[in-house]
Amino acid sequence: MTTATLPDTHADRGPGWFRRNRRTLAPWLFLAPGVVFFLFYVVFPVFQSFQISFYRWDGLSDPQYVGLANYRELATDRAFEVSVWNNFKWLLLYLLAIPGGLFIALFLNQTVTGIRVYKSLFFFPFVISQVVVGLVFTWFYDPTFGLLNTMLQGIGFGPVNVLGDPTLATYGIIAAGLWPQVAYCMILFLTGLNAVDPEQVEAARLDGARGVRMLWYIILPQLRPATFIAFVVTIIGALRSFDLISIMTNGGPFGSTRVLSFYMFEKALSEYGFRMGYGAAIAVVLFLIMLCFIAYFLWSMWRQEQGR
Amino acid sequence: MFPRPIQQASRGAQISYQSLIPVALILWLAPLIAVAIFSIKPDTDFTTGNYWSWPSRFEGAANYGKVFFESDMPRYLMNSVLITVPTVIGAVALSCMTGFALGVYKFRGNLWLFFMFVAGNFVPFQILMVPVRDLTLDLGLYNTKTGLVLFHIAFQTGFCTLFMRNFIRALPFELIEAARVEGVAEWRIFWFVVLPLMKPAIAALSVLIFTFIWNDYFWAVVLTQGAESQPVTAGITSFNAQYRAAYHLMSAGSIVAALPPVAMFFMMQRHFIAGLTLGAVK
Repeated sequence: MTTATLPDTHADRGPGWFRRNRRTLAPWLFLAPGVVFFLFYVVFPVFQSFQISFYRWDGLSDPQYVGLANYRELATDRAFEVSVWNNFKWLLLYLLAIPGGLFIALFLNQTVTGIRVYKSLFFFPFVISQVVVGLVFTWFYDPTFGLLNTMLQGIGFGPVNVLGDPTLATYGIIAAGLWPQVAYCMILFLTGLNAVDPEQVEAARLDGARGVRMLWYIILPQLRPATFIAFVVTIIGALRSFDLISIMTNGGPFGSTRVLSFYMFEKALSEYGFRMGYGAAIAVVLFLIMLCFIAYFLWSMWRQEQGR
Repeated sequence: MFPRPIQQASRGAQISYQSLIPVALILWLAPLIAVAIFSIKPDTDFTTGNYWSWPSRFEGAANYGKVFFESDMPRYLMNSVLITVPTVIGAVALSCMTGFALGVYKFRGNLWLFFMFVAGNFVPFQILMVPVRDLTLDLGLYNTKTGLVLFHIAFQTGFCTLFMRNFIRALPFELIEAARVEGVAEWRIFWFVVLPLMKPAIAALSVLIFTFIWNDYFWAVVLTQGAESQPVTAGITSFNAQYRAAYHLMSAGSIVAALPPVAMFFMMQRHFIAGLTLGAVK
């Protein structure tokens, strides 16, 4: 750089090159700590997991390269198949949180005395840890004393052992997961409804729009940002489901409630020997499913960025 | 306003709405109310099968006393505090800087870096599990609170950066321009101009991250074991194993474990909801 040889005309001291380039350097200095942390704990591990999935490794001895053997084993693994199907059940049924949350938000979007307290109490389940939600629902479903069966008996039905029945258990856990998720979506929609343009609503009312038609043509288009976020957090929540399964059934009965995230954990860190490579292969499959959604989310966000 | 304000409806509709809300609320919170009732019952109520009638005696003080003085619960709670608070401070501090850098400066790769943080934030934990556990072992931090804190800070930086960057983008940029014209150094702009304006964002993020980390279970199981380092979410399972079938104690324990984020939520409600719903309104 030729300018570096010119005498420094600034009165204040300090490294001249740094001062002149500070506006290009500053962002990198501010970014450095965060980026380094994020690279080492999040970005690199994603690629390492891809690599580990080609090895047989118990976590202690030297990893042994096995090529695609782990993936070939997945193709014939019944438990893996069950997990994938359960993941799709979770994805599909978890989306019910969006209409559910909208419904409660519409119900509570009034100004009567004490409504603020009601809103926060309805939101309450989201703040509780999933571990406690799992415990609470395990007792709720309990066949001998659970509230659910007490109520069912009240209207003349026999006891149902929800979590002990392989055909029902997954749905029971999803219902428990929906409880906090509906609360989350509700708060998103309440905020969205707050910002709905009252003039448009009045104008539509004058034109005779009411009820469902009003909701569909006037309100929902204005709730789009809230709906998008509700969609994002619900999809992520569905694919991350682990705590509830681990607490409520630990994968059982007969492995019927496993999902990929749980099965991966079980394989990689089970008592019957660590199978890190196989676990990583399961994680890669889960990641690829998630990647479809991540790509869609990023694309939507990118379009918004361009729109500004 | 939609739906139409209830005040414009008939008197009868108003009264039925007003009485419907508490009923709906009780149904909504029924599983939780049941646990709260369990936690104040004496153990004889459970051995005699008296699950759902009124508690024969009020034993709340004794049950909660047992949780606090005769179990590992206080240690788990303390661990949770020692994990959660440093994580909140670390993640918020790092993301103030990254958010500032990505929100204020125009440089090549800005959007790419931003999207790296956003995408990393959506990644399923399981793809990180084996390498992160390995890294923590290599650093000699397995089964320590520090190991857990370091990972949490790194992972939460993704979400926090998204939040901070969008918040800074909405600030009036003229303030920064004016400071630059005055010749103020960049780090001073950050410290004296931008940071004071970020207080609401910092408050909102702090409560959110507090709740997320307090409620974390997966990483607690992957990176720690035993009462000396496990947070309360993982501790509650050992607590329950210890008091198997003692439902009054397990209920009391669960409520104690759930309480801190709940208290945080009710104290900082405005910030909490502002944080959660960022972006829900254009």
